[in-house]
Amino acid sequence: MEQTNHTNNQQPLVQIKHLAKHFQIKGGGLLKRETKTLKAVDNVSLTIYKGETLGLVGESGCGKSTLGRNVLRLQEPTNGEVLFHGEDILTYSKKQLREIRNDMQIIYQDPFGSLNPRFTIGESIGEMFKIHGLYKGKEREEKVKELLELVGLDTSRYDSYPHEFSGGQRQRVGIARALALNPEFIVADEPVSALDVSVQSQIINLLMKLKAEFGLTLLFIAHGLNVVRHISDRVGVMYLGQIVELSDTDQIFDRPAHPYTAALLSTVPDPNPDARKNRIVLEGEVPSPASPPSGCRFRTRCPLATEQCKQVEPKLQEIRSGHFVSCHYPLQEGQSLHEAIATMQDKEKVRA
Amino acid sequence: MTNILEVNELVTGYRGKNGYLKAVDGVSFAIKEGETICIVGESGSGKSVTSMSVMRLVEYENGKILAGEINFKGEDLAKKTTEEMRKLRGSEISMIFQEPLTALNPVFTIGKQISEAILFHQKIPKKLAMARAEELLTLVGLSEPKTRLKQFPHELSGGMRQRVMIAIALATEPDLLIADEPTTALDVTIEAQILELLRKIRQEKNMAIMLITHDIGVAVEMSQRIIIMYAGKIMEIAETNDIMKRPYHPYTKALLESVPTMDGERGSLLKSIKGSIPSLNELPAGCRFAPRCPLATEQCHQEQPPLETMQNRQVACWHVDKMKSLYEHEKGGEPVGANESH
Repeated sequence: MEQTNHTNNQQPLVQIKHLAKHFQIKGGGLLKRETKTLKAVDNVSLTIYKGETLGLVGESGCGKSTLGRNVLRLQEPTNGEVLFHGEDILTYSKKQLREIRNDMQIIYQDPFGSLNPRFTIGESIGEMFKIHGLYKGKEREEKVKELLELVGLDTSRYDSYPHEFSGGQRQRVGIARALALNPEFIVADEPVSALDVSVQSQIINLLMKLKAEFGLTLLFIAHGLNVVRHISDRVGVMYLGQIVELSDTDQIFDRPAHPYTAALLSTVPDPNPDARKNRIVLEGEVPSPASPPSGCRFRTRCPLATEQCKQVEPKLQEIRSGHFVSCHYPLQEGQSLHEAIATMQDKEKVRA
Repeated sequence: MTNILEVNELVTGYRGKNGYLKAVDGVSFAIKEGETICIVGESGSGKSVTSMSVMRLVEYENGKILAGEINFKGEDLAKKTTEEMRKLRGSEISMIFQEPLTALNPVFTIGKQISEAILFHQKIPKKLAMARAEELLTLVGLSEPKTRLKQFPHELSGGMRQRVMIAIALATEPDLLIADEPTTALDVTIEAQILELLRKIRQEKNMAIMLITHDIGVAVEMSQRIIIMYAGKIMEIAETNDIMKRPYHPYTKALLESVPTMDGERGSLLKSIKGSIPSLNELPAGCRFAPRCPLATEQCHQEQPPLETMQNRQVACWHVDKMKSLYEHEKGGEPVGANESH
């Protein structure tokens, strides 16, 4: 599947091709000897253009975090290609990989887990330079202090330890570390999910500011739809290891084509008391990725599902310029999910 | 309508090195029969401690109700004995928590746990209790309730476990349900299901619900009134529509503005509140929000503003007039509150 960027002629920075990450899980069957394959990410192709923020949303277990980690080779993908500036980094040696890591970084949900409690913040950030043999002594300290300022932390905090920081401040440290080596591409994995509302907006603002200042390209993984809408240029929606819809943020939020996206959007708790609520509450839960349904993976919860959905797996197809959907019955432009359900029911009546 | 719960000047503390740290400090509010009220606040605001105090569960986690009254149907819960509270809990007041797995006993089946809850409060045959348990599981929308009765908590998903917790909470038809972040640990589609279930139950049972949440969107969808808490104090209480459209407290306003909305301008700079929530052992002397407040004056730093009642709502701020003046030109210059009937 080829994606063209229709908004402007930007360069692809990261091209993910048929990426798959499978885990073997033991313990199935009568004698617990059977192994099952859990397809956390299953044949995902995605292009991230230079300078854009691509949001990735989905429920837990949909593979969005696994995808992010595999793109950076923090986990080894089972299959596929990840091209960075046109080169497949999956073929890279460890040494080459270390070099490319300067350009590709990750921000985690809670950086506390990735900070050594016995290191001061200054040392933790300085570590990034140490690993890559950059700067020494006073110069390194200066660089770290510059970074602290950049992310809105007082330089006097250089000698503080991680436990002395609040959640928002720790996330700033996480961002400072990610920025230390001047990367081009950052995977932000749920960077604001653990933060309080008033602090969350500080971090979103910081990320947007830094992105503009350094021309960063972001893969922004989150489950908060309002946050993803705010920060992303394009959005991909994942379900059970696959991308089910991908488009411009406005398209996705105003004219979703996949029933899953439409249902998700209809139930987001909105702080606007006047917001018109036409909820479609999906039934059931996300099936286990170890035994996904046949055909379309969403069909077990889809209000539009038919026999075809059971038999034939839909492919991600471009239904409008730059708008990709994998669904046999995508919503028409301007059609609501309610309308689509009504139409579907009418058809069934006729058939009966 | 009569109040089912009246909390007056509640102070709850946790034992620290130098005496008690007051996690809830002089909180007063009331819940009407059948009303859904949401307590909204960030972490450390005291919203959960308030609910744990009403249930008198704070004493099991090293806390203590230091002062105040908790009048439930005219009786002060703060004065009840442990034994009396045990009888009351789960019969007239029930509670559901964020993580149902920790609230369920891993070694007993779902059926056993629900029927135990029923049998604790009602003297009925075990068989009948089990049948009632099945009914409850159907009510909370669990598929195959018969099978579920024989399953253990670990065999159920997070959403299903929360449904079981709700079933247990409803077992004795309580008059008040306290739900502490019931959907925070759940995925969005499951959250939608649980909120839908709570709405349905509220309608069918005409039960009062006190919902604790950090998510303003959830609060707006669920509640008639909202209580905004910050650092152990109530900042503002008002009807949901009023508080969302015309917040009278600068904290409420700032909080609402810092959430990206589904129809806001994308990519715009979000308003944010500088700094972070003060910790309990270094609370400001005056208004708790003063150090982060754009309107703060000397008075705010010195004196704590009382929670004052005005036009159907309550606000604790020295600068309410300034806040009100923000809305004076809305609705063709009609002064705020002019269209309220008296």
